Amino acid sequence: MLDIRGLRAKVADKEILRGIDLHVGAGEVHAIMGPNGSGKSTLAHVLAGRENYQVTGGEVIYQGKDLLAMSPEMRAREGIFLAFQYPVEIPGVSTIYFLRAALNAARKHRGLDELDAMDFLTLFKEKMTLVEMDQALANRPLNEGFSGGEKKRNEILQMAVLNPTLALLDETDSGLDIDALRVVANGVNALRRADRAMIVITHYQRLLNYIVPDFVHVLFGGRIVKSGSKELALELERKGYDWLKAEVAAP
Amino acid sequence: MAESGSGGALNRFMASTETKEQYLNAFTERRSRGSAPNPPWLNELREAGMASFASLGFPTPKAEEWKYTNLEPIAALKFSRPNGARKLISPSDLLAKGFADRDCVRLVFLNGVHAPELASLERLPEEIRLQSLAELIKGDDEFLAMQLGRYASYRRQSLVALNTAFIGDGAVLIVPPGRRLAEPIHLIYASGADGEQLVTHPRTLIFLGRGSEAKIIESYIGITGGSYFCNAVTELIAEADSIVEHCRVQRESDAGFHTGTVEARVARGAHLTAHAVTLAGSLVRNDVHVSLDGEGAECLLNGLYLGSGRQHIDNSTVIEHVKPRASSFELYKGILNDAAHGVFNGKIVVHKDAQKSDARQVNKNLLLSDDAVVNTKPQLEIHANDVKCSHGSTIGQIDPDALFYFRSRGLGLAEARRLLSAAFAADVVGRIKVGSLRRRLDEYILEKFREI
Repeated sequence: MLDIRGLRAKVADKEILRGIDLHVGAGEVHAIMGPNGSGKSTLAHVLAGRENYQVTGGEVIYQGKDLLAMSPEMRAREGIFLAFQYPVEIPGVSTIYFLRAALNAARKHRGLDELDAMDFLTLFKEKMTLVEMDQALANRPLNEGFSGGEKKRNEILQMAVLNPTLALLDETDSGLDIDALRVVANGVNALRRADRAMIVITHYQRLLNYIVPDFVHVLFGGRIVKSGSKELALELERKGYDWLKAEVAAP
Repeated sequence: MAESGSGGALNRFMASTETKEQYLNAFTERRSRGSAPNPPWLNELREAGMASFASLGFPTPKAEEWKYTNLEPIAALKFSRPNGARKLISPSDLLAKGFADRDCVRLVFLNGVHAPELASLERLPEEIRLQSLAELIKGDDEFLAMQLGRYASYRRQSLVALNTAFIGDGAVLIVPPGRRLAEPIHLIYASGADGEQLVTHPRTLIFLGRGSEAKIIESYIGITGGSYFCNAVTELIAEADSIVEHCRVQRESDAGFHTGTVEARVARGAHLTAHAVTLAGSLVRNDVHVSLDGEGAECLLNGLYLGSGRQHIDNSTVIEHVKPRASSFELYKGILNDAAHGVFNGKIVVHKDAQKSDARQVNKNLLLSDDAVVNTKPQLEIHANDVKCSHGSTIGQIDPDALFYFRSRGLGLAEARRLLSAAFAADVVGRIKVGSLRRRLDEYILEKFREI
């Protein structure tokens, strides 16, 4: 589904990604871990098409297409979804209005009829129960005044409605108390499917207690320095990142 | 006469002197015609207006409050006549442009003159007086004689003086004490004629008796493509404990010139909400002057201006806290695209006796292009020592984080910009309590930003 080969990217003349190689198959959940500043969020944003990151090398093939040549909106319509670490507050646009516009943009792209307000509402209500979200939030301006937990739930709600093929979850566990973490993780797990892949970016093991990955990669200094099974995450939790730093520096 | 290098400047000066002349001539001509015998008080008021305009002339950018706005295109406009000229327009077009419902209670003025065939007064509750000014003048109405021109500052403001000199028609709404109007009243002023340039001076008088309530929508709309000049003045008197919502929506033609002045006096415990929405017009100046002239009087000024092309839109507001414990809240927002120019001048004056005044003012601007310009100038003038006053202004562009957020969900760049621009205006529009107007404005704004 996704092939990243030798991906390099910089922001404001600072090289952050220094040759990433990663293969993600359909139905797989990959966790990307690593210390702060290792390039985890940059990778997510480069894949989603954030323009202030400049790709300086490598390629990304998504479902046989050159991902890096696509605009952010085209990537989204082709099924890529980024759950933001810091969802943006948008006064003046309600969640429900925004999400219908987004879904209809994707449906139009795929040659499907746009959903009217009534049909959308039915779908929307069904997805809201998934993240145990209060319906009152749906009519409020998008993310405005939402708590950390409400914002993250809203991201998962959007993911559920937009039904992506590849989901990128950027530090979805940050700023969540234990109840919110459980709700968000349950939402994500309910969306696991054989034809959908997920890349879960996290600093801590705790999210991976709920969302159990098929593969774990450690990103450090802009490269994937170690890959393994879910046990690698537990090892990192026990030993921290310092031993890895030493290992990388050694040769 | 002028042959030197300064000839251009001199010619321009001559041109504006001449245009002042054309107003003086039109005034003298009407006086000599003396077609209908007018009540003496009206003649005196008009003469006073003309005398004031003759000495003040059109404002120039030399005056501080006109620094960013040059009225020369208006001053130089050669017009065929002040007020008048019939123009056929279908009622449905008129209502659509004026954001009005088909069955709304309304008066309609075509080029400054009452058009009774377009009015709808069947659902006007008894005791509420809604009439054309010309009609009341004809009947030498005693109340009108007392109120008209009482609060409009024709001695200091030349555009008010000019309007006063040519007072002829407009709407008069009188709500008796204690009466609460459930339905909004629409006043639609339509301008434009085929093949001639017009100047109109619509005059509106709104009087709310003690403890009464009303919602009023004044819409100014253009019905032809050609240029014209609409110079409107509204006097609004809110007696003690009354509650009034005044929505002024300006949607002139693209080539239309519009200057509008609202002079409001708010008495003890009364509340005024005044919306000023500017959607069109090539050169626009809105003056809003509110006097909080009683203890605990309140006003909420809410403004929105959308500029594109080479439009110039100037909003100038003055709020005077005259008596203690009055409060004012002001939010004006502008969205400017292309090479549009926006100006906001917001002055708050707290008089010596106005202790415990609470005044807050915010002006926010969104620039959608590199060529759009805005000048914003908040001013506080405080003569009392126990007051709460704040003001702030911002000028910014669409937040790139928000833009990326929208695009990452599949919305195209143009669509994302459109929704975010409309979102910027949402809180201002959201304050309008007339539901039908609010919904139509929301739709209009979303549609308008399809172009960006």
